[in-house]
Amino acid sequence: MSILQLQDISLKLGGKPILDGLTMDVWAGHVHAVIGPNGAGKSTMASLIMGLSGYTHYTGELYFDGQSLRDVPVDARARMGISLAWQEPARFEGLKVRAFLQAAAKDKREARLREVLDQVGLHPDRYLDRAVDKTLSGGERKRVELASILAMEPRLVIMDEPDSGIDVAALERIFAALDVLRAQRATVLMITHSLAVLQQADHAFLLCHGRIHDKGDVEAISRYFEDKCLPCAVPQQLECEV
Amino acid sequence: MATPMTTMSPLVEQMYASIGVNPHSVKGDPNIAHIEIHQNRVLGVHLVPGFEVEAEEREDGIAAVMRVRAGVHIDKPVQVCFGVIPETGLQRIELDITVEDGARVGILAHCTFPFARSVRHEMDAVIRVGRHAEYAYFERHVHGAEGGVIVIPKTRVHVAEGGRFRTDFELIKGRVGEIDIDLDATCEAHSVLDVLARVSGSQNDRIRINETARLVGEGARGVLNTHIALRDEARAEVYNTLIANAPEARGHVDCKEIVQGNAIAKAVPIVEVNNPKAHVTHEAAIGSVDSKQLETLMSRGLTEDEAVDLIIQGLLS
Ligand SMILES: Nc1ncnc2c1ncn2[C@@H]1O[C@H](COP(=O)(O)OP(=O)(O)OP(=O)(O)O)[C@@H](O)[C@H]1O
Ligand SMILES: [Mg+2]
Repeated sequence: MSILQLQDISLKLGGKPILDGLTMDVWAGHVHAVIGPNGAGKSTMASLIMGLSGYTHYTGELYFDGQSLRDVPVDARARMGISLAWQEPARFEGLKVRAFLQAAAKDKREARLREVLDQVGLHPDRYLDRAVDKTLSGGERKRVELASILAMEPRLVIMDEPDSGIDVAALERIFAALDVLRAQRATVLMITHSLAVLQQADHAFLLCHGRIHDKGDVEAISRYFEDKCLPCAVPQQLECEV
Repeated sequence: MATPMTTMSPLVEQMYASIGVNPHSVKGDPNIAHIEIHQNRVLGVHLVPGFEVEAEEREDGIAAVMRVRAGVHIDKPVQVCFGVIPETGLQRIELDITVEDGARVGILAHCTFPFARSVRHEMDAVIRVGRHAEYAYFERHVHGAEGGVIVIPKTRVHVAEGGRFRTDFELIKGRVGEIDIDLDATCEAHSVLDVLARVSGSQNDRIRINETARLVGEGARGVLNTHIALRDEARAEVYNTLIANAPEARGHVDCKEIVQGNAIAKAVPIVEVNNPKAHVTHEAAIGSVDSKQLETLMSRGLTEDEAVDLIIQGLLS
């Protein structure tokens, strides 16, 4: 059963069509990967689903639980159970990791905050009192972002390149966090450029030029990686053998 | 002379209650030096070895000379409480502080005007930090909800070779009223100056900050940091000047202001370099709450107002 449906969604940014007839069905309780070349519109799709400002003037329909999300503000979507782990998470001057996690957490107790930090491989004693500012490394910030999502226990998570800037050891933690989300029966839509991450998914989509170019099981879609061939990466090379 | 706990005056109790500090946690420990000043009266003084205070009560305030003897390290921060409990009053404080060579002290000062309708607090401080000495001053203001306070702190600082001066001014509880901070610091070779002001203004509060750091000695380092949040009709003007005159002097001026409602903020960072081997930078960010920060918190379920509050809380923390 689908929890999220995008029907023929088009969105222009700066006068350019970025999403162009995007249609997707996201199944409840499954992990979906979205791959596609730089500039394909993956982050734009994530922003649109979350309802971020500048991404609300789309045509087509977006449904969550069968309910249209048109005119539903970001915080209301979050309270419906949708959240987004950003590709490049924001930095907050002076805001402590503890307060940042607590803001999102369903269970705000210290023990729970420690647990989610552990789940992303950050030692709670060393991180709870750090600021979520520029003193965290890129990878640490991404993991704090993921910890905040775990604490929130959302029904649908969009993870925009959860692996970017993450070292090999930490990648295992990201996968473990994915298992936690599965156990919570969350639905995951993860955008990635990594074959290893793609292989964690149940299903995958290939997004090109703002629309779904291919979809199916992970094995089928991973062939685009194995052949080092993203059919839409080079405009003149419209099709390639898969 | 120590004020025994049993005879603690009601004013002292009121001052401590207003700042949310249990007086017994301060007065119960003989290793914590503390001073309580209400308007023009010294209500309590407790000293520790190597820390000397001479205070003179005047008609409109207090003049005090404080000295930390050379090489003495005062382990626990000295607690100072200045206050005016009545709704109206004038308090002029003159401070002459010397931290002698190699000495180290931290001062935790509270300035409390919890019921002020028309209170004026002036502070005129001269601070000398000796060679390789360390002075850390944290000043926290507690103002009432009326905004009837005018605070005018003026500080002249001299940091000798290898000395360290750090100050953190916090006015985030209650209304500002009017504040006019004026700080001028001169830093000798290899000394370190670190100045931070955190102020939250609302309604018709007026905030003016004018800080100058002169890095005159080789390798001196200085940072002037200002974090301000403004709402309603509040206004803030920040003039921060950093002058580097010596080789390898390093400085940074940083001003962050979040502005909401009809508030108006102005920041004028001035950096001046008079030596080709010196280096100073500045950064000013003034505006509404950053939309990415806001939407990040909203994507976790916070309302816009809750998100703004949390972002401001971080900035002012
Ligand atoms: N505000 C904007 N105005 C104009 N063009 C924009 C705007 N925002 C994004 N774009 C363009 O939209 C396209 C899609 O951007 P998007 O960030 O969604 O790509 P992506 O698939 O996430 O790429 P990447 O893999 O690099 O993260 C890009 O070509 C980008 O330059
Ligand atoms: Mg992207």
